[in-house]
Amino acid sequence: MTNLRLLARLDVKGPNLIKGINLEGLRIIGPPNEFAKRYYFQGADELLYMDCVASLYGRNHLSEIIKVAAEDIFIPITVGGGIRSIEDTMHILRSGADKVAINTAAVADPKIVSDIARRFGSQCMVISVEAKKIGEGYWEVYTHNGRERTGLNVLDWTKLCVSNGAGEILLTSVDREGTRKGFDVELIKAVSSAVNVPVIASGGMGKPGDLLSVVSEGGADAVAMADILHYNRAEIGDIRIVAEKAGLGVRHYENT
Amino acid sequence: MRTPEVTVIDYGVGNLLSVRRGLEHCGANVSLTSNPKVIYAAHKVVLPGVGAFPNAMDALKKFDLIQVIQEFARANKPLLAICLGMQLLMDESDEFEITPGLGLIPGRVVAVPNQTVSGEKQKIPHIGWNSLYPISSPDGWVGTLLQENLLGDAAYFVHSFMVEPTNQINRVADTIYGGHRISAVIAKDNITGCQFHPEKSGEVGLKILRRFIAQ
Repeated sequence: MTNLRLLARLDVKGPNLIKGINLEGLRIIGPPNEFAKRYYFQGADELLYMDCVASLYGRNHLSEIIKVAAEDIFIPITVGGGIRSIEDTMHILRSGADKVAINTAAVADPKIVSDIARRFGSQCMVISVEAKKIGEGYWEVYTHNGRERTGLNVLDWTKLCVSNGAGEILLTSVDREGTRKGFDVELIKAVSSAVNVPVIASGGMGKPGDLLSVVSEGGADAVAMADILHYNRAEIGDIRIVAEKAGLGVRHYENT
Repeated sequence: MRTPEVTVIDYGVGNLLSVRRGLEHCGANVSLTSNPKVIYAAHKVVLPGVGAFPNAMDALKKFDLIQVIQEFARANKPLLAICLGMQLLMDESDEFEITPGLGLIPGRVVAVPNQTVSGEKQKIPHIGWNSLYPISSPDGWVGTLLQENLLGDAAYFVHSFMVEPTNQINRVADTIYGGHRISAVIAKDNITGCQFHPEKSGEVGLKILRRFIAQ
């Protein structure tokens, strides 16, 4: 088991960092890179930028923001939202990203997962899944920030993507996202026990203690945090201490 | 004082932007090249790499770079090899099929064990932040690129294969995954290899790059 990774998630619309509830009702928080830098210095293990309107318009505006971020942020950066092709992937990697997160484009054509994995390596190919609970032990894959149904079962879908070469799963609970009610532990557990690649739990972290059950019971390898950091309800250092005290392995980080 | 010059070998594999930005941030003037003459004449060279070992060796061959990297290293000039680049320093790799490497540091490249020492299944690739430990005494890092680093400093790894140096003396730092010791940094004279990404390891990695630039 590697150390639990603490990811700061930045949902971006145009030039702004935004935050919604259940991926909707977006509010402007501020300039994304100011927050990114703050999280870097607080000891975030990775950054995750999501262009949350890109798939509506079919493009990703993040490359300029990433270029600036990569000048003085030296941790892994994942970018998602509206990436549809090898060319889009190449462009965003050249802007300074290390991995891409694909959702809508993979649902439209699952072959893009194997294309990206073959060309850039599985470590670069994160499958982003927006999951909504439909029934007991059953979650459906959504796209377009939880607006569009796909009819796909989350468990079948994630297994297919992993067999196509996805190296990580970013698993966002649409039901919990922005609600501060804690992670959907059942969802994360169902997926993490079905696949052998790392699962990033996303959606619902209201307080530092929320990560304990999603890691110990849910088997999450990483947690993505947004709201809790943006509104300064906790700093990454506080969250790291909570994890450490509970006996979870986290990166040794000294604030210098 | 002159700005230190660092030449990064661009042989078409991997994202070189982060390596470049990291080195620039640490005060280097960075150029990217696949030209053997430029590499041979360089002061300091970085050999990056992401992907599979056989593909990378093929790419080095295609750009006619194998011999020049060997000559550069034997001229006793600083060479830093990162991730797959570090694996390329070895004699050979098991990845897909046995493929000869650059042969600059004796040893082999083998798969990261998919079981912990106690026999539980573990995830491959080894992805994430993991701590660096000296091989023998805590002052073992004096005179290496890790001189400014502290025992337990964590760096960002993403790899499925690992190096097994033949000679203990070439091992500088290990990390531990599922109870297995994995070579994190190796060195021989002017040559250093990092299995993790110093350009993605925050201040811990920047210290290593600064030290390389100051060599």
